Amino acid sequence: MSYAERVLDYYDNPRNVGTLDKTSERVGTGLIHVPEYIEVIRIQIEVSPARHVITDACFKTFGCGAAIAATSITTEWLKGKTIEEAAQLDHMDIVEVLNLPPAKIHCTILIEDAVKAAINDYRHKNGMEPLKEEAEEEEEEAERDYELEEEHN
Amino acid sequence: MLKLPIYLDNNATTPCDPRVVEAMLPYFSETFGNASSRNHSFGWAAEAAVDLAREQVAALIGADPKEIIFTSGATEADNLALKGVFEMYADKGNHIITTEIEHKAVLDACKHLEKLGAEITYLKVNNEGLPDLKELEAAITAKTILVSVMYANNEIGVINPIKEISAIAKKHGVLMMSDISQAAGKVPVDVNRDGIDLAAFSAHKLYGPKGVGALYVRRKSPRVKVTAQMDGGGHERGMRSGTLNVPGIVAFGKACELCQQEMEAESKRLAALRDKLENALLQLEQTFVNGSKTNRLPHATNISFRYVEGEALMMGFNKNLALSSGSACTSASPEPSYVLKGLGLGDDLAHSSIRFGLGRFTTEEEIDYAIQTVTETVNKLREISPLWEMFKEGADMNTIEWSRL
Repeated sequence: MSYAERVLDYYDNPRNVGTLDKTSERVGTGLIHVPEYIEVIRIQIEVSPARHVITDACFKTFGCGAAIAATSITTEWLKGKTIEEAAQLDHMDIVEVLNLPPAKIHCTILIEDAVKAAINDYRHKNGMEPLKEEAEEEEEEAERDYELEEEHN
Repeated sequence: MLKLPIYLDNNATTPCDPRVVEAMLPYFSETFGNASSRNHSFGWAAEAAVDLAREQVAALIGADPKEIIFTSGATEADNLALKGVFEMYADKGNHIITTEIEHKAVLDACKHLEKLGAEITYLKVNNEGLPDLKELEAAITAKTILVSVMYANNEIGVINPIKEISAIAKKHGVLMMSDISQAAGKVPVDVNRDGIDLAAFSAHKLYGPKGVGALYVRRKSPRVKVTAQMDGGGHERGMRSGTLNVPGIVAFGKACELCQQEMEAESKRLAALRDKLENALLQLEQTFVNGSKTNRLPHATNISFRYVEGEALMMGFNKNLALSSGSACTSASPEPSYVLKGLGLGDDLAHSSIRFGLGRFTTEEEIDYAIQTVTETVNKLREISPLWEMFKEGADMNTIEWSRL
């Protein structure tokens, strides 16, 4: 399997590896794993309370090289976004920007989940409603399933 | 001078020894005859070359030259043995016993036979990678025709007690087959001492070329026969039709001869290098050898580096270091190595494994480089691993608070 240069660059020099104080009010943590813990992704964001702008983001990932690179590049993207903007993240954007093969799409779905979990953690700590808009979520789910099926075929 | 990249995947394949290449070259354009052409000198010369190679190959495993059937490789030999025995001994029974960590050439041939009405028992192995001999004996029925257990495992290098297994098979009048691909030429294999009736192996695992291998088929006590799986000119005593690959066979013969001459010294040298590599890597925390450390090939080790994913690990050095991993993070539903899972490893440790296969041309300098590179990469990836951080903080994996979506 060959990887795009960009994946190798982010794998070799991952940006934003680190840990933020998960007990801080300003920090949101998303920690996601797949069954059997063969992939674990943690994304943390530090948010400025005034306009809910993400001022810092960092990650740690246990998984393949593509998962590491994809989480790293996502944390770069997160910085400077408001939490509303960040919540719009679509995992297929990550697939595109890193030119990932279909076999790696599942890592990016986890990353999207981790970002949303981090935002929700921050929202929860600050007395805001969680992101979930059920109808939209379901629609997305259906779309994902469709896409996965397409790849399968 | 250290030359990169370094090849430490000799269980997958080995480079051709230059002496082997030299031996085979004349058989492409000078002595190019068909070994079956009985009425001219081109054919005679080719036949003579094949005869010599047959002796060299037989000698490596203590067989008679007449017992060697040349094939395209070990996969074909495995298929010929299993399917050929199933067909030939249909009157006697339809039951075959094997283990769940055999090579796919054996497992998938068995699955194929199941569709044709065979009963297959897949023995489990313990955490060292070895089957339980009592379980094996208990599995034998009046319908059992064959026991098929590999000599040494390709992923973990563990050597099975073939002599003991074949004694059980013999006691019950059952044939004993072994895929000896990883063992032949690396450790002494003797079909008579080990009680093997059928053995499959290939040239490219012992410094010969790809595309040639052999099936050993015992001729005396008992006389074993297999039904041909390919129809044609009736070559190889009618068991494998097809014009003989003369250059390949000559090379296979030369490669076996070299192994026989150099095995003793080579295995000592490689065991020392392997131990050096293994001991150095085990200095890392949470690092484990997979499979038995006592009964195994001298040139192989399989190590899991917990909290680091195998494919990510290889990405760190695969420009300079060729290894293979039990991780299979390349498909939509990643399934790690079935061999490591057979040993009882959890998915996480199976995904964290790396197989090191040293070979004839491995140098100490290369091992030093591998130790340094793998150590650095493991440490680097653990800095990125959330599981490592939790482990260092003493967190209990069962009480971690995972995000709920």
